[in-house]
Amino acid sequence: MTASEKYVTAAYLVLLGAVLVYVLIIALKVGRLEQELADLTRTAKEKRGG
Amino acid sequence: MSTWSRNRNGRAGKAGTTSDVGVASERLAAVLAAAATGLLIGGLALAFFWAPEDADQGFSQKIFYIHVPIALTAYACFAFGAWKAVRLLWTGERRYDLESYTAIHMGVIFGLLTLVTGSIWAKVSWGQWWTWGERQLVLFLILFLFYSSYFMLRYSTDPGPRRERNSAVYALFGVVLIPVSFLAVRIAGTILHPTIFTHTGANLPGTMLVSFCVCLAGMLALAATLYHVELAGKRIDASLRELRELLA
Repeated sequence: MTASEKYVTAAYLVLLGAVLVYVLIIALKVGRLEQELADLTRTAKEKRGG
Repeated sequence: MSTWSRNRNGRAGKAGTTSDVGVASERLAAVLAAAATGLLIGGLALAFFWAPEDADQGFSQKIFYIHVPIALTAYACFAFGAWKAVRLLWTGERRYDLESYTAIHMGVIFGLLTLVTGSIWAKVSWGQWWTWGERQLVLFLILFLFYSSYFMLRYSTDPGPRRERNSAVYALFGVVLIPVSFLAVRIAGTILHPTIFTHTGANLPGTMLVSFCVCLAGMLALAATLYHVELAGKRIDASLRELRELLA
């Protein structure tokens, strides 16, 4: 692998890595939002029941 | 004709309600994601297997097909954020604040990617990661730092109309730097950084230009996808916060 090929690969991996990190962040955020929604649903049910 | 319809969960609701908007936004994000995947894979295939190697730079010029589209996408995101800021100041509708903020958020991500991919290209082409003598590089760095500071300004004030107005005005000031960054180097000339697009047109062979245009379309579609996903996440976050306050 030549030096040019290494640098080109690195540049493309930076983009791929950024997209993957973004997907990971979004996945974590969706998990957190699901948890919050579940908590709020439970609170609403408790208020309605009580 | 009845304007009442059922959403995907079978709940009845008036056409054009929040749930319908949410479903439409979800579909748009899926279409944009498919377009981004297709265009980026197609564009990179064209760049590597169809476009010729650059006579001067050789294989390292292939970085051009992601570096320049990423930079132009960053400019587009900042300009879109400024446009949403204008809409906020003009109409006073609060939804534009979140849209402007999300667009600038995307612009900063693409701006950081521009600096990183540009540094890699500089290292292989010029033998150094960064040079302060290049106006285009320094102006882009100033633009990036300006919009990075947007978040500090935004979170230094309490949520509300004042924060929204301040953020919108700041976003508008920043957009002035885009033509400065883009045009100044073309007017003043450059030493190292190549200027491909001039007032006479693109200094590229047709095959390279087509590959570049497909990569640019793919990068814009990727930014639009991320914008929609991010905006949906922020809207859900805001709705949950409101709901939490109501239930407290």
